[in-house]
Formats: sequence, structure tokens, C-alpha cells
Amino acid sequence: MRIAVASGKGGTGKTFVSTNLFAVAEKEYRDLTLVDCDAEEPNVTVFIDGNTISTDIINQHLPVIDKEACVYCGKCRDWCNYNAIICLPENKQIYLIEDLCHDCGACLAACQYNAITEIEKKLGTVTIKQYSDAARIIEARADIGVYSPVQVIKAALNKAENAELILMDSPPGISCPFIAAVVPADYVVLVTEPTPFGLNDLKLSVETLQQLEKPFGVIVNRAGLGDDRVYDWLEEKHIPLLMKIPFDKNIARIYSQSRLLVREDPSYEARFLDLLKTIEGSCKN
Amino acid sequence: MQKLNEISILSGKGGTGKTSLAAALATLEKNTVVADCDVDAANLYLILQPNDYRTEKYISGHKAVINYDICTQCGLCKDHCRFNAIERKPESDYPEGKITIVETSCDGCWLCSRICPVNAINMVPSDKSNWFLGKYRYGKMVHARLAPGEENSGKLVSVVREQARQTAEECGAENIIIDGPPGTGCAAIASLTGANKVVVVTEPTGTGLHDMKRILDLAGRFQVKRYVIINKSDLNTEIRNNICSWCAKEGIPVIGNLPFDPRMVHSMVACKSIQEWAPDSEISASIHKIYELLTQS
Repeated sequence: MRIAVASGKGGTGKTFVSTNLFAVAEKEYRDLTLVDCDAEEPNVTVFIDGNTISTDIINQHLPVIDKEACVYCGKCRDWCNYNAIICLPENKQIYLIEDLCHDCGACLAACQYNAITEIEKKLGTVTIKQYSDAARIIEARADIGVYSPVQVIKAALNKAENAELILMDSPPGISCPFIAAVVPADYVVLVTEPTPFGLNDLKLSVETLQQLEKPFGVIVNRAGLGDDRVYDWLEEKHIPLLMKIPFDKNIARIYSQSRLLVREDPSYEARFLDLLKTIEGSCKN
Repeated sequence: MQKLNEISILSGKGGTGKTSLAAALATLEKNTVVADCDVDAANLYLILQPNDYRTEKYISGHKAVINYDICTQCGLCKDHCRFNAIERKPESDYPEGKITIVETSCDGCWLCSRICPVNAINMVPSDKSNWFLGKYRYGKMVHARLAPGEENSGKLVSVVREQARQTAEECGAENIIIDGPPGTGCAAIASLTGANKVVVVTEPTGTGLHDMKRILDLAGRFQVKRYVIINKSDLNTEIRNNICSWCAKEGIPVIGNLPFDPRMVHSMVACKSIQEWAPDSEISASIHKIYELLTQS
């Protein structure tokens, strides 16, 4: 079973939910993996950490143009849809703008003069950490300034293989990094907050998940803080409300100290366990 | 003509208060131009409620579509695709599986359509994203909406910023307030390039501190002055002090400590900035000082 924890808006509590869910699932499952897919800002290991088993460097290919063999025909430039190649035949100049290259291989396929080879450039790392006998954490971490984290996220998800339960802490937003993390999921937990910003972004996430035909439910975090419009909307759209976590300075303080709520408060341990059972039930149907 | 002052508000971690701060800075002085660069999950328009007088389509990229009347199922496209966006899907009439595009994996690189020996692959533009230009009560605002699952949010951010610059020049505005996206990827980079100042809004939590360092590292690679604001600063004194001493060591000024105030949320629910909702509050006074510092130096 693969559960993604996601939200359109940042800072609603994705990592809070996924790490607490991990802590209760650890007692229930013999083979559990939490994948931190928020490669631009990986935060899971701020809360739960383990012994590093392996760190893989994730690379992309970058073309290298051999200026002796190149005839400056410009076909590679024409085939590059990302404008990463500049070719000036009059001056016999050709360059690659590395940051724009998406590693699609079009230039290599375009060149009829065998003037293009490839080298590797680092995009980030995937680290596997053993948390306990039954549980591990896989962290996708994109290098700062890397254009897209998608390949690093995909590499991390591949490492999760077929664990009995895979939890995925997704990146915010609704664009390609979010899609990469939710496409493999059997169920998506959307975390929101009862404010106009939270509701607006929840609607965007729901629209995206409906297009992907993914089953999902919603957790309202910081309940009591804003207004009630989110509940009315969920009811109107028949979207399951999985859990309400109240706005509580004590919870915020525990979070700020990078501690897990379910370890501090048995009533929340029970509630997160219920949440896990509810999701399991939804996946079986 | 006076040089434009572009102030970019970023955070790394989401939900630290970028948009609430941007809304406050955007409602202090007439003739301000605002660029909402969180094109993935735009929220600032909820507070500023612009009257849009211009709407334009944004082509975020192209997606490959196979014409099965022509396709010979040779599989050359599948062999070349580096995004694993072409697969052989099990289907009754196709013993080896039917060549199919996985739309969510397609990067729009065009390679399959260029190498197809029978020209069976067409590239269809993704044109469901838009950008908008409108008037709001203190000036003008450029914002955008990226359609779900689309690529190139960084390119759309660049379009929004360019439009904001043109608008500022036309109406003689001196300041552009940029509400940035979370993260450190393409959209954050596009929100930083060419800006004069970057304000990183953080919160005193383990994750807030971790993410603040990453975004400041990124900003440090550009010609941009860096500032830090600590929101909900009373949540954890120890981490707040850590943030302050780390910033002091790095030579980055902390220009605001904003305590948690429920009126910040009330103002959002009422679709007002804190400056409009509670002008006499301590937070509003602090934000006023921050604005003066950012616009007069």
C-alpha cells in the first residue's frame, strides 16, 4: 500500500502528518518505508532519523560537443526544445547552457557527425536510513539551485521497491514534482488549514487528483483558527474529512522542537492509528 | 528615471507567512506594483482582489499525442524516450502491448515526434495556464494560474515578473513586491534573478531553520541583498535565538520579529491585509518599519 501525504499550500502540516503516521505505523507493519519526496526542502529527518545505509548520487547527462567534429549545422540547436544550445556558424561557435538542459537526448539523436558525447552532472542525493528493524526512511534531496527535483524524487521512489507500506511526504504545489510523488500512490491524504488560502489551494489539489483519478481524503490542521468554509465545501463535494487537528500552542511547540506528537500524547497516538486504519479500509474498497 | 526596486519575498518552507507579509507591504503606499510568483498555488489575489483588465494564455509546453491510424508500433520512440513516458500497454489486439504515451511523465522534449519514421506523433500545446493583469486598491497586480500538473512554472514566473516590470515603468511605480513560491527550485530561482532585495520569512521551528539556510544559500549566489524576518517569533525562543545568531554570523540582517497574533488570521478571513485590518497593532507598526527599510535603502 502506498499513501502520499500532500497539500497545495505549503506549511499546512504534511511532514507533521507523515512523520506521526510513520511512528504509529512502525508498530503495525513489519516492512515500512517513509519516502521524503519534498526534495527541494527535505524535512523528515529533522523529526526522525536513523543510521545511514547508503547514499546514492543522482546524476543527469550533459552533452559535450566536440568542436573538431562539429560542422556547425545547427541541427542539435533546432532539436533542443529547451533552448540550451547556442550555435553561431559564422564564428564557428557552439555552447551549451547547462542549467537549461533537461537530459532528453535530442541533441545526441540529432547529430549526424558523432560530435556529441555525454558526461554526468550531479542533481542531488538519495539517502536510505534504517530507523528500526522494520522501518526505514528514504530521503530525496535536490542540490540547491537544481532546476527540477523530479528525477531525484523518481530515483527515491524506485528505491522504495515493494515495502508493505510506503508513506510519501510530497512536495507542495500542483505541478510536476507533486505529480511525480502522487502518481504511484494508492491513496492521497491532503492536509489543509481552515483559512481562505488553505481552501483555495485545497480546491486546486482536489482538481488535480480528480484528473489523476486518485482516491483521497482531507485532514484539517489548526482547526479553530480560521473559518468554517472548508467544512461546508468538503460536505458539498462529498469529500471525506479524515481528521481534525486543533490549533493548539502545545502542538505547535512540540513541532517547533522537532518532536513527534504521538510520542508525547497517547490520545494522538490512538487518533493517528485510527487514521491509518481508515486509510487501509479505503484502499481495500 | 529612478531605478526600480524589486523586493522578492521567499521562505524555502511553505506556510511561514510570505503572502500575509506581501499583502501588508502591498497596502502601505499608492502606486505599488505586485507580482504574485507563487503560480502553483496563488493566494495573494484573495486579499488584494484585483480587477483584472487583461488575461493572456500561457503555453507551458507541449505533450506528445500518437496518431494510431499511422503508427506502425515500431517502438523507436519508446527506445529514445528518457522520461519513461512511452510504454507498451497490454491490450488485446496488440501481442507486444500498445505503444502509449504516459502523459504525466512526458516532458515535452519533442524527440519522439522528430524521430518517428512515419510522423505519427504530434505535439499538442498545453494552453490551460493563464496570467492576469489587474488593478487593486493600492496599485497594479500581475498574477497567474498554472494548470494542474503543468511544467515550466519558472518560465511562467519570468513572464509574470517581466509584465510587472513593464507595468511599473508605465505607471512610474518605484517598488515591485514579489510574493514568491516555496522551495529552492526553478520557480524560486526565477523569483530571485534580477531582484534587488530578498526577504526570507522564517519561523522558529526545526524545519523553518533548516529551510531558511537552504534558501539563503541559493540567494547568496545572486547579486541580491538578503534580509530575514522571523514570523511567529514567540513560538520557540531557543530556535529564534539560533536563527538570530546564525544570521549575525553570516552578516544577514534580521529586520523583523513578528509575534504570533490571531488578528493575522482574522484579517485573512476578512480578505484584508493586517495593515488594513489592524493598523494600530504591534505587527502593523513593525511591518511599517520593515517597509521603510526595504524601500529607502
